[in-house]
Amino acid sequence: MKKLMLLGLSLFMVLFFTCTASSKTLKVGLDADPVSLDPQVQLSGGMLQLSHWVFDPLVRWNKDHKIVPRLASKWERLDELTMRFYLHKGVKFHSGNTFTAKDVKWSFERLQKSVDFKGLFEPFESVTIVDDYTVDIKTKKAYPLLLNMATYIFPMDSEFYTGTDDTGQPKDACVKFTHTFANGNESGTGAFVVKKFEQGIVLEMTRFKDYWDTKSPGNVDKFILTPIKENATRVAALLSGDVDFISPVPPTDFKRIQSDSKLNLVTLNGGRIITFQMNQDRVEAFKDARVRNAICYAVNNTGIVKKIMKGTASVAAQQSPVGYAGYKESLIPRYDLKKAKALMKEAGYAKGFEITMMAPNDRYVNDAKIAEATAQMLAKIGIKVNLKTMPKAQYWDEFDKQAADMMMIGWHSDTEDSGNFSEFLTMCRNADTGYGQYNSGAYCNKTIDELVIGAQSETDLTKRAEMLKEVEQILYDEAAFLPFHWQNHSYAAKKNFKIKPIVNALNFPYFGDLVIE
Amino acid sequence: MVIKINTIQDKFMVAFIIRRAIQAILVMLIISLIGFSIKSNIGDPVRDLVGERVTPAERAEIADQLGLNDPFSTQYIRFVKNVLHGDFGTSLIYRKPCLEVILKHAPATIELVLGAALIIILISLPLGVFSALKPKHLFSRFIMGFSTLGVSIPVFLTAIMFIYLFSVTLGWLPSYGRGETIDIFNNGYWNSGFLTIDGLRHLILPCISLASIMLPLYIRLIRSEMMEVLETEYIKYAWAKGLSPMRIWLVHAFKNTLLPVVTVFGLQIGIMFAFTILTETVFQWQGMGFMFLEAIQRADISLLIAYLVIVASVFVLVNTVVDIFYGFINPTVRISGTK
Repeated sequence: MKKLMLLGLSLFMVLFFTCTASSKTLKVGLDADPVSLDPQVQLSGGMLQLSHWVFDPLVRWNKDHKIVPRLASKWERLDELTMRFYLHKGVKFHSGNTFTAKDVKWSFERLQKSVDFKGLFEPFESVTIVDDYTVDIKTKKAYPLLLNMATYIFPMDSEFYTGTDDTGQPKDACVKFTHTFANGNESGTGAFVVKKFEQGIVLEMTRFKDYWDTKSPGNVDKFILTPIKENATRVAALLSGDVDFISPVPPTDFKRIQSDSKLNLVTLNGGRIITFQMNQDRVEAFKDARVRNAICYAVNNTGIVKKIMKGTASVAAQQSPVGYAGYKESLIPRYDLKKAKALMKEAGYAKGFEITMMAPNDRYVNDAKIAEATAQMLAKIGIKVNLKTMPKAQYWDEFDKQAADMMMIGWHSDTEDSGNFSEFLTMCRNADTGYGQYNSGAYCNKTIDELVIGAQSETDLTKRAEMLKEVEQILYDEAAFLPFHWQNHSYAAKKNFKIKPIVNALNFPYFGDLVIE
Repeated sequence: MVIKINTIQDKFMVAFIIRRAIQAILVMLIISLIGFSIKSNIGDPVRDLVGERVTPAERAEIADQLGLNDPFSTQYIRFVKNVLHGDFGTSLIYRKPCLEVILKHAPATIELVLGAALIIILISLPLGVFSALKPKHLFSRFIMGFSTLGVSIPVFLTAIMFIYLFSVTLGWLPSYGRGETIDIFNNGYWNSGFLTIDGLRHLILPCISLASIMLPLYIRLIRSEMMEVLETEYIKYAWAKGLSPMRIWLVHAFKNTLLPVVTVFGLQIGIMFAFTILTETVFQWQGMGFMFLEAIQRADISLLIAYLVIVASVFVLVNTVVDIFYGFINPTVRISGTK
């Protein structure tokens, strides 16, 4: 009996110490979890985050918004249309297969067929295998954003995803609404291997022991992600120590986390612009640039950032955030009530008029509150606003129908480039080309269209930047939309989790490189 | 088993059962119709499935594949047909059969309600009885005051206060989720939190929060019922007979107090399931309420309708069985229905 007890005790001690000594666990609470394990099934923030953990892109953005090598160790431009990528050697997939050029080609071609990604990869022609570790990526015409788009190419294990699964379905099927092999199984090259995935409940991953990036300082052995949608609960989970890292942090809790000596808060400009569009088809007065300007002058967006966003956003007067090619420093927020009133008078609307306004209430940070504040501010120049806010599930239908005179829209550029904003928000609406798909204001200016389309194939980057800056200037002068701010990303973690080096403007925390002290 | 229909009474019984069954089917059809007619107001499920960049044409194609563009009657008939084959559709957000998704979320909610019911029983009985026996005692006054307070605080506030007190400030209990669970039948359906210490620790706060709505009610109910019973003739007679107080209180009075309390309790358990939506949201408890809210927010109409129909069928089934039993126990129920 005594022996047995001794044995049990020592066994317990061994287990206990090995557990505490070597294993470093990271518990993360995010507002959403990935919807699938297939990196190509949906283009969304949550899915791209997963892709950076479980897969690896050819190249990726670093903290300073520069593109750095990942699976492609270097690259060179062969001609106007072609870029040659040299791939890392000795990279293993989670299945044990070796990563080669054929996986890049295979994944690229699957991307071109994916409903969500094919739009982004429309300018691309093909991938050609030069040898096992060299590929040429070709575009249809000169495309300055080729490298930006390479951040979306996460090579998948072509052998692993070939064949048919238990149900007789091909393993490479990319379907959104039914169960597919790729939705539930993965073989990537990333730092983490998925051990357990229960959507909406938990995602458990462990570090890949054959991870190619041996220079990565990351030391997370086990990574557990749980979605915690309630803001208050997510913060409480961090404060009580149940999780180590949370994002986003609700603005109201910033002070509380900052004042806690055991916690660390990091915020970054995320580059998602929040705007209102003014519908010229519905309201005659909005056709007058003076009236649109008056609205921009009447809305104190600096005050909104301070009071409503509690300083967790960057005030904006244009679409492009700092660091983008089209960002123009001279465009500063305008708030001048006197000038706004004068402009209204000049345009012949001294008495004002009545409009309708719609905004979502669960899509952007404080979206409904921003809309309420705007309505009050517009009342000061005589514009009476009938505001309606609703959940995003219903909002987008209304948005498509252009159901109100002013509608809120936020946008983040998929290409990390200025042109993308205009292509979707401020170019003339055209169902055939798809331009202006989210332009509910019917703002249309041929010069803008020409400049933006010109910039798409302008490979002289200085000239290109000038064109995009001109776009911002025209939009500003004509008050094409009412700008508010760029939303910040916010992260909070325990002090010994060194999160500052791994977070970035794209909201893809690179947990593979996370150091736990 | 062979049922012989040889008496008039049995004939009535069969007619009664058939009538009840038809009624149940009608109710189910109506509920599924209501579910179906609200679904267009929930929002567009395709929006949640695709990125913002996807063109309207491609969205329309996906909607077509999902059969969302078909006329209402076609969709409804297809749905009913599938349900009769045991297919409740595929959840759009979970990418699995709706029935499986619901069954996997059910145990979490059932365990939560069970835990809360246990707390209610264990606390309300002694407190209710005590405050009935000693209405003027200081402790009884405290109980009554406290229960008024309990009734008036909404459950999500109670829950958030609990989290901040016991998890954040004191650090005694975990703040969210179910913790470590054990798969009872080893098939992924019933993951129980009752079998691990971590799971039990996670159960405490959500169960108390959920119990907090009903607890004051029961204390008051038991108290008033008990006080009423104590005034009855037979209790007075028992006193006169010289029985010991303990025997009078606990055997004669208490037993008769329980009857109405149990009836109310049975009815209220259903309501408690409804309250789980709030509790599960605050504690991020992965149960049916949580799933239901998620389905609404992300416009997963398949899951929503399947949920409505399944929950309704459970209620209808239970009620029908109860009614049929009443018919057996109390023939007047049947007779009143034959006119």
